[in-house]
Amino acid sequence: MKLIHCPKVGTRPASEFVYGGLWRPMPDPDASSDIDWSHYVFHRDGAPGVQREWWCHAPTGMWFVAERDTLKDEFLRTLTVAEAMKGQGQ
Amino acid sequence: MSRRLPPQPGEWIDRERVLRFSFEGREYSAFAGDTISSALLAYGVRVLGRSFKYHRPRGVFSAANHDTNVLLQSDSDYNIRADVVAVEEGMKLTAVNTVGGLDKDRGRFIEKFSAMLPVGFYYKTFHRPRALFPFWENQIRRMAGLGRIDTAWPQTRLPKRHGFCDLLVVGAGASGLSAAITAAEAGADVWLVDENPRAGGSLNDQQANVQRDELLARMAHLDNLTFLPNTVAAGWYGDHYIPLVTPEGLIRLRARALIVAGGVYEQPAVFRNNDLPGVMLTSGALRLVHRYGVAPCESAVILAANSDAYRTALELKSTGMFILAIVDMEDPESRGDMFLQVRDAGIPIRGRSAVYSAEGEGLLEAVTVCELDDQGRTKPETAQRIACDGLLMSVGYAPAAPLLYQSGARMVFAETPGQFVPETLGPGVFACGRVNGVFDENARVADGAAAADEALRHLQIKSDTPARPARCSERMSHPWPVFPHPRGKVFVDLDEDLQLKDLERAAAEGFDNIELIKRYSTVGMGPSQGKHANMNAVRILARLNNQSIGDTGTTTARPFFHPVPVKHLAGRRLRPERRTAMHGWHRKHGAVFMPAGHWLRPKYYGPGPEQEAIQAEVMAVREGVGLIDVSTLGKVEVFGPDAARFMDQLYTLKLSTMKLGMTRYALMVDEAGVIIDDGVCARWAQDHFYVTTTTTGAEAIFRQMQRLIGEWGLKLDVLNRTSQLASMNIAGPLSREILQPLTDIDLAQEEFPFLGARQGQVAGVAASLFRVGFVGELGYEIHVPAAQARHVWEALMEAGRAKGIRPFGVEAQRQLRLEKGHLIVGQDSDGTSSPFDANMNWAVKFDKPFFRGKRSLQILKERSANRLVGFRLRDKHAGPVPRECHLVIEDGEIAGRVTSIGYSPSLEAWVGLAMVDRKLAEAERLSIRVDGAVIIEAQVVPTPFYDPQGLRQKLDSANGVSA
Repeated sequence: MKLIHCPKVGTRPASEFVYGGLWRPMPDPDASSDIDWSHYVFHRDGAPGVQREWWCHAPTGMWFVAERDTLKDEFLRTLTVAEAMKGQGQ
Repeated sequence: MSRRLPPQPGEWIDRERVLRFSFEGREYSAFAGDTISSALLAYGVRVLGRSFKYHRPRGVFSAANHDTNVLLQSDSDYNIRADVVAVEEGMKLTAVNTVGGLDKDRGRFIEKFSAMLPVGFYYKTFHRPRALFPFWENQIRRMAGLGRIDTAWPQTRLPKRHGFCDLLVVGAGASGLSAAITAAEAGADVWLVDENPRAGGSLNDQQANVQRDELLARMAHLDNLTFLPNTVAAGWYGDHYIPLVTPEGLIRLRARALIVAGGVYEQPAVFRNNDLPGVMLTSGALRLVHRYGVAPCESAVILAANSDAYRTALELKSTGMFILAIVDMEDPESRGDMFLQVRDAGIPIRGRSAVYSAEGEGLLEAVTVCELDDQGRTKPETAQRIACDGLLMSVGYAPAAPLLYQSGARMVFAETPGQFVPETLGPGVFACGRVNGVFDENARVADGAAAADEALRHLQIKSDTPARPARCSERMSHPWPVFPHPRGKVFVDLDEDLQLKDLERAAAEGFDNIELIKRYSTVGMGPSQGKHANMNAVRILARLNNQSIGDTGTTTARPFFHPVPVKHLAGRRLRPERRTAMHGWHRKHGAVFMPAGHWLRPKYYGPGPEQEAIQAEVMAVREGVGLIDVSTLGKVEVFGPDAARFMDQLYTLKLSTMKLGMTRYALMVDEAGVIIDDGVCARWAQDHFYVTTTTTGAEAIFRQMQRLIGEWGLKLDVLNRTSQLASMNIAGPLSREILQPLTDIDLAQEEFPFLGARQGQVAGVAASLFRVGFVGELGYEIHVPAAQARHVWEALMEAGRAKGIRPFGVEAQRQLRLEKGHLIVGQDSDGTSSPFDANMNWAVKFDKPFFRGKRSLQILKERSANRLVGFRLRDKHAGPVPRECHLVIEDGEIAGRVTSIGYSPSLEAWVGLAMVDRKLAEAERLSIRVDGAVIIEAQVVPTPFYDPQGLRQKLDSANGVSA
């Protein structure tokens, strides 16, 4: 089973983690058309590649963000939420 | 006639210890260390099994579990692979897949019907007439089993261990030993595993080997090298997580690097009757001779396509075996020095020839040898017969590469040595030895040391970049050891009784891709998983498609490498139970428990029949007072500067306008506007809220809260107090009267109105009190620290005893809330229900600037496709009663389903909720289809069914005066 690096606790087996879905910025709800908003809620890009994801280390409750190559199933790096937000310019 | 040889140097048997066992009803003896096959062969018993489909006689072929010709059953176990399992005293063995015993197997007549059993026959034959197919299907299934399970056998579960190391080396042959020793001498923590009882690999299959002895001596001195014999590395999982199957149980090993030195499987030639007992692989013969001192035959012909065959011929001749001839598929003089040695030893050699067929009645008696033309095809007109009782094949090898494939290797086909070799390997994975295409013994030792250096560099223990020896430049595997014969019985896969013509037919029928032909023909799907068959199948398909072997490809090699008994995998039963603080009290007072997630909750309290008990509990709450344990609900403290904003964004109602000391219903939807949870929220301060969740949602909702705080960038904290606090609900018109003497909080209506929240003491314990309306009577939910909860519970039960207080359970509570028409998330709503579907438009406050799901709810408001309605059956309804999930039918179509239903003693009628299509929202009647396709009519009525004004929960006193 894979190992995942939690920014707070270090490297732990994957069974200790909960996947939280894609990291994706929410469009401005008031400025989105119904179609665009539905696309945000329901559609995901399934193409293989590097994507940012929400992960939670369940025993500690620590949420963090991971960059993962979905083609190779390789974790490239993990970030705290604050670090990930900074990159986003939020 | 005994085939036991005189003691061989370094043999694995102990001739001082004799064991007794029986096979097919006859008694035999063996030496300690014998495998079952070697012990039987020593007696000259050569037919040891019957093949899967045709029940042809079979014997020892690879002696390495690369085929499963000899699969046995004992009186206490099954799937015994006789070639590799050691004899134990007292074993009672029989062959599987026989009808009436091995020798007289009546199943052997099936071969006469082989025309009806072509490849994929179960899709083609026996289907007409259709009515008879079930009969044939049963017959076919019965014949397809390999053994019989006795369910009276005791269940065994073996314990599992965890292991950790720097480097795992799989395979303790020349290169594996060298690699493990090199790495351990450099200071790494190394584990070395081998499926055999001893280290040495094929170095053991020679008269003597100095290199092996030296390596073993070096290994003995290394404390940081752990060697595990009889251990199979069964598969590779993420980040070098590898299950090691040992006789004592599974070890879950986490390594930081892996070296695969698993070697190669010798491959057979494909010709008529190549499955006769007596036809086998040279490596199998060498194992039998050197490890067990057993001669597999008296006089052998060796089919050769590499120089190993010549070496083998000399080895076997020196043990007393007659080598009648070497039949070399190529030019013998190309074998260089080995050719000269063999010729000088007086062994006849035929060049550019091959075996056309093997013959014999149930045993090998002779082979027919032909010359080959320029295309490598046999020339039957040159056929010559050689009488022999052994045909040993040395025509090629396939790498034992599953672990490499599983860890992400890309293999490429190399013309020399004539096998797949690694092109790129996964990170931290290395290969050496014959699996890497290196054949010469000294080169293998060097290759192992170099692989270890690469691994040490990966582990950052050393920093050399070693040179790897070159791969073998001799072609060790013949590209086409396949000889079609007009009379067939040319076998490719012995486990599956698969013939050459089966593969040809499968490809002709369109299954001409390696993945398709595997599944359609079942090649490689037997217990040996194609170890002796897949490479030839690839060669055959490549030729049929006129493609290169590289383009034809191979199928995915999946764990496990060898069969693993379930007892290694079965886990111990672990059923975690969460118990509330009052659990002991419930049990003592006759509670019948039901699971709610991991929690145990009282369903009702006995003694007495379930329905009567529940009705009595319901009536107690409606007319007197009851007490229920609701500790399993989630409880979360929310506090900080942004607490109010957070609550508004998280829930659909407006919680920021709550007054201090009041509660409000809290409904949560997800981003798509679907109801996911509900609870009650209390406000203690401007920046301090306390909110409950459903039992099953507690963990997930709390986790979501933590995430959203970060995602929304708000300043506040949440604290999960679900286990820390226990809670109970005292409900009924007498509840205020019972509770007041026990608490310092003023329960008078003006001081503590409906939906209020207060903090104080109950029975001397710090408590929070909430007036909630779930069951629709005057009542108080009391939250206290779990450690003191039972004391509070008992104090309330004591205080109410004179007034007939009753504990009530989950079923009674569900009935009570149903009478009020209250929703249970997940029962009356599903994964598509919005608040509009659930008739909760009032709970959605669009005037908040933002909340989770708001935008979706704006879209859904106009598109709500369902509606939750209340219904009531006719008074004094007799006959079948609808149950949850029975369907609502309208115009012959499904128009909804019943979500909750129960008998209301207060109303003396059956009432329920149903989620129906929007068009039925205004209907007056519903038609519900119950068991037996009977239609029940129900009347649609508004909810709540009971006390529609909600006066009883606002009660001032038992006199019924409302607030």
